Amino acid sequence: MVSKPSDMATGAADVPAGPAPMPVKIVVAGGFAVGKTTFVGSISEIEPLTTEAALTRVSEGVDDTSKVSTKTSTTVAMDFGRITLGSDLILYLFGTPGQDRFWFMWDDLVRGAIGAVVLIDTRRLEDCFPAVDYFEEHRIPFVVGMNCFDGQVSHSPDDVREALAVSPDTPVFLVDARERESTKSALLELVQHALVRATA
Amino acid sequence: MSSFGDAGGLRVRPYAITGGRTRARTEVDIEAIVYRTPKGEQTGSGLPLERGQIVGLLSSPQSTAEISARLHLPLGVTRVVLGDLIEEGYVAVNSRSASGRPDLRLLERVLDGLQAL
Repeated sequence: MVSKPSDMATGAADVPAGPAPMPVKIVVAGGFAVGKTTFVGSISEIEPLTTEAALTRVSEGVDDTSKVSTKTSTTVAMDFGRITLGSDLILYLFGTPGQDRFWFMWDDLVRGAIGAVVLIDTRRLEDCFPAVDYFEEHRIPFVVGMNCFDGQVSHSPDDVREALAVSPDTPVFLVDARERESTKSALLELVQHALVRATA
Repeated sequence: MSSFGDAGGLRVRPYAITGGRTRARTEVDIEAIVYRTPKGEQTGSGLPLERGQIVGLLSSPQSTAEISARLHLPLGVTRVVLGDLIEEGYVAVNSRSASGRPDLRLLERVLDGLQAL
């Protein structure tokens, strides 16, 4: 957020200003245990790292020994990975926090992002509803990847598209988050979709 | 003798590091890539505590998220300390999210880069 206003007008903000690459990011969303970290890990050049955001304490300085868990230090963990796309460009993949209630983190994550890959488990389709709602509401390009954990899927992409009631041009496809090539295809789908949206 | 924080992790309340400030004076994006300035190269790693650790870690540029993860510092704390280091001229950042969603040219570069993997 230190780019100068003049950079925005010229688009020069996309060119590295110093001896470091420029970052771009993609958000990986979906319900709990849907394979976000696996997805990130299958293509990241580093082992997925975890950053924690400590939440503001609800009760401060109170040593209430009558409660079992006095120190409910609530933290939101986010896993992320990195892909170097050139000497001057690095792509970061950020997994959203597991619980959907941490929306303030989402706002932070999606700012300036290329878009989002929403991973779904067709057995728990409803887990992805909050993410889909969020990206539609904020007009963020997203694609839907049906993670096939055991190589089996009981629904077709068209079924899922209908069940999610996403627009017909939203890509919905099968993905195996464990496989690098499959993850790569999912990312390509998203970037292509973002390109179409940007030209529309 | 105090036994506070013996359970591991941070030995002080996270924001004690920042003097109680939870907001950075200079906002730093989670993906912003941080690098040392010439001033930071020369004197930065001699700074005390977290500030020195951060500058020391930047022998190669790293994102805010990576710094937070590698130093086991909460993200918010990392941002406040980074904001200070930027203002003091020890580090600088590359970030583009303030300019909104990536434009066509950048998206095409990302597409090419991914295809070449």
